[in-house]
Amino acid sequence: MQQMAKHHDHGHGHDHDHGHEEHEQLKVLGFWIFVVTDCILFGSLFATYAVMMHSFAGGPTGKEMFELPGIIASTFILLTSSFTSGLAVLAMNKGKVKEMISWLAVTALLGLAFVVLEVNEFAHLMHEGVTMGTSGFWSAFFTLVGTHGLHVSVGLFWMVALMIQLKRRGITPVTRRKVTNLSLYWHFLDVVWIFLFTVVYLMGVM
Amino acid sequence: MTQHENHGDHHNHGSLKSYVIGFILSIVLTIIPLVLVMNQMLSKTATLITIMVMAILQFVVQLFFFMHIREGEKPRYNVQTLVLGLVIVLTIVLGSIWIMTFNKY
Amino acid sequence: MWENIKEFASTFFVTGDPLIYGADVSIALTMVAIVFVLTKYKKWGWLWREWLTTVDHKRIGIMYLIASLLMLFRGGVDALLMRLQLAFPNVEFLHSDHYNAIFTTHGTIMILFMAMPMMFGLFNMVVPLQLGARDVAYPFLNALSFWLFMLGAMLFNLSFVIGGSPDAGWLSYPPLSQNDFSPGPGQNFWIWGIQISGIGSLATGINFIVTILKMRAPGMKLSQMPLFSWSVLSSSIMIIFAFPILTVTIALLFLDRFAGAHFFTMDGGGNPMMYLNLIWMWGHPEVYIVVVPAFGIFSEVVATFSRKKIFGYKSMVWALMAIAVLSFFTWAHHFFTMGTSASVIAFFAISTMVIAIPTGVKVFNWLFTMFRGRISFKQPMLWTIAFIPCFLVGGATGVMLAVAPADYQYHNSYFLIAHFHQVLIGGVVFGYLAGIYYWWPKLFGFKLDEKLGKWGFWFWNIGFYVCFMPQYALGFMGMTRRYYTYGWDRGWADMNLISTVGAFMMGIGFLFQVWQIAYSIKHGERDTTGDPWDARTLEWSIPSPAPFYNFAVVPTVKDADDWWATKQAKANGTHKEEPVHLEPIHMPKNSGIPFIMSLFWFMVGFGFTFGWVWIAVLGFIGVAVCMWVRSFQYDTDYYVPVDEVRRTEASLGRVL
Repeated sequence: MQQMAKHHDHGHGHDHDHGHEEHEQLKVLGFWIFVVTDCILFGSLFATYAVMMHSFAGGPTGKEMFELPGIIASTFILLTSSFTSGLAVLAMNKGKVKEMISWLAVTALLGLAFVVLEVNEFAHLMHEGVTMGTSGFWSAFFTLVGTHGLHVSVGLFWMVALMIQLKRRGITPVTRRKVTNLSLYWHFLDVVWIFLFTVVYLMGVM
Repeated sequence: MTQHENHGDHHNHGSLKSYVIGFILSIVLTIIPLVLVMNQMLSKTATLITIMVMAILQFVVQLFFFMHIREGEKPRYNVQTLVLGLVIVLTIVLGSIWIMTFNKY
Repeated sequence: MWENIKEFASTFFVTGDPLIYGADVSIALTMVAIVFVLTKYKKWGWLWREWLTTVDHKRIGIMYLIASLLMLFRGGVDALLMRLQLAFPNVEFLHSDHYNAIFTTHGTIMILFMAMPMMFGLFNMVVPLQLGARDVAYPFLNALSFWLFMLGAMLFNLSFVIGGSPDAGWLSYPPLSQNDFSPGPGQNFWIWGIQISGIGSLATGINFIVTILKMRAPGMKLSQMPLFSWSVLSSSIMIIFAFPILTVTIALLFLDRFAGAHFFTMDGGGNPMMYLNLIWMWGHPEVYIVVVPAFGIFSEVVATFSRKKIFGYKSMVWALMAIAVLSFFTWAHHFFTMGTSASVIAFFAISTMVIAIPTGVKVFNWLFTMFRGRISFKQPMLWTIAFIPCFLVGGATGVMLAVAPADYQYHNSYFLIAHFHQVLIGGVVFGYLAGIYYWWPKLFGFKLDEKLGKWGFWFWNIGFYVCFMPQYALGFMGMTRRYYTYGWDRGWADMNLISTVGAFMMGIGFLFQVWQIAYSIKHGERDTTGDPWDARTLEWSIPSPAPFYNFAVVPTVKDADDWWATKQAKANGTHKEEPVHLEPIHMPKNSGIPFIMSLFWFMVGFGFTFGWVWIAVLGFIGVAVCMWVRSFQYDTDYYVPVDEVRRTEASLGRVL
């Protein structure tokens, strides 16, 4: 019964577009709220890390194992990717699809570099015998930092999907909303990293 | 057509200028804590406070320059949710530290 | 080879218990019966089109309701088994392991797989209709929420048949829930069943916040919104902030079990007490999440059945919002005896007492509403009136528990058990039942029989007190929770026997309700007007059952209790009939992805439960594919043409 009206006519003009706009704004608000729930998720992981910050159980400490150069590189890479995602949005506002996709691609590459560096860091730690099971501290470390890395990876997956959709459909109210949400997500991940960098790595080596 | 475009960009304002300023501020706010920690320039407590403040400032930079928190349609439910969310995050983190410290007081 | 299979089967399937064998047989027979009926009457297509792929909030609400009633049955049977075991000293009906599994599944099911879905069912059935909206903000996500809940619940229930039920309590405290004390899949079933349905809960919270904030009918200011919708907003705010904490906590427990992590272990730098801290940060808001919508229901019912506007609307709203925020500041009262510092305990004792205040305000407002009202004792009102003294006592014992030094005596005794059952049953269950009776005609087009309902009500209401008042006494007499047996020398025998009698009375009450539903399907009074209670809010202005698009014309709202105001104006002759202008209605299309994606999540949970990682990986890939496919779907809506709207309305007796 619900499927009977398959085609609908687009001849509603401005009102129809207005409806689309409101419809899309609804999805942006929902996504903001989701991002706030993700803050709670990370907050809980931060709380766990904070409580376990010194739970080395006689084993290796963060200070002994963290290698700051890689982390500094990661930090600037992610920060730059946050900037380039902003440039993509600027291009979108000017209606420049090709430029937009290019900046998204740069963002994705930087994001990929971030993930590769992190995977490398984890591999190196595990090679040195430091794993999730080494102590409470390391369990908290791998989980907190790893969850952020997973979020970035999911973001990359999403970014690729969006780039393809942009190529096929250009800038429409719907693709515009999707890019808005993605860039919001991406900036959020950079914010989380700022705190990760400060609390885990900087405080860890002090 | 033009009306449609107007509706289109009343969110996501921001100009190249604001993004560049935001980017530069973020870089500065990252370099300062790095230098402080790596060179052990202040006492432990002072360093801790400073780097946390820098992180919070950078968060604010992201919010204003990249996430355009000042724009967006009214009422600003997104901002209200964020504020309440941050209160809860603080409660979770500080509450956990307080409860799990098992101090005499 | 045969030996291998036999050995696998004996660990995989739960063996050695006649009760479980009997239940397995009934489950198998029921499944066969369902498949048989669907095939015989060629209803597979219908099932897929009308239910499995629906994004209609009313259908989703009904599915939640059915699932929750089935779970109420299972949780109730668990309760009766426990009460049988405790009816006399030294009973050997259930050995201790079995008893542990039963109280674990009883608690987990009642809170997470009965109360939550019943609540979401009510949210879905009522809120859009009450707001004058045509659906929730995100219909697809809504369907996904339901199927995630359903598949999560199925996963949890599977533990009964395969692998063994969890038995470390409804909150699975470590170290008991760690690998060394709870090896095997049972505990993992608990983790993944809850994890999967928890994602659904979070999504529902987001959905309803946006629906309430952004999709109200034009003219309906927040200050004119019905109180049930306000309570849903309050509950949803708590949901979005609490559930991520649960997600993290049980994920960490799983990492301990699966990846050798040391979050909550007794060695390696772990701290089991951190688990209690984290889980109760979710757990306390959770109980308010479930009770607040019950408060909302009471506000609607009291106003309708006293034929009077609710007293103190503003303070009601204030109280709902205050509870939402305060509920995040009381969690440590669940572990006063754990050993944290005195200042922590003092803070949380006070915050716990403070949160009783807004609830008290609400109770007074309900009473003031009834004062000088013209009260009719229909079923929804019966349950509401029963709630008031019941919840009052439960709340008072809560304040007693809040007195931390006293709690050192009460904690984990039967006093505690009596308290939380009193507020959960007296508050949540009575409230949801009141809501179900109230809104049933709107969803199904007929009322539930009054007489059978009264029998059910009195058995429940009296049975409750007979069951739980003795338990306060048992608590004072030193009986601790989760004892599977006790000796004659304790002096607990009399109270336990009385309590068991009460439990069975509630069981009989439930049976009356089942009879009532079956009977009313055929003989229940049909609702021909859409407004069987002469009620006050917008959902009663449309036909029963509501057409799939809810409102043919989106109403413009001028007052709080707008439908009541409209009726008054019509009676006075002052109502201005607006010319009806029908437009094509924008509706979302059905989708199979929520169901399919949830199946893949089930695979993830199943794989991780048994440690068969390849199944979990395949499941994750399936989930990713579903998300990818959905992202590329742009043709997700359609329009209902005007003449179809007109025809549908006419068939429901409304000529436009």
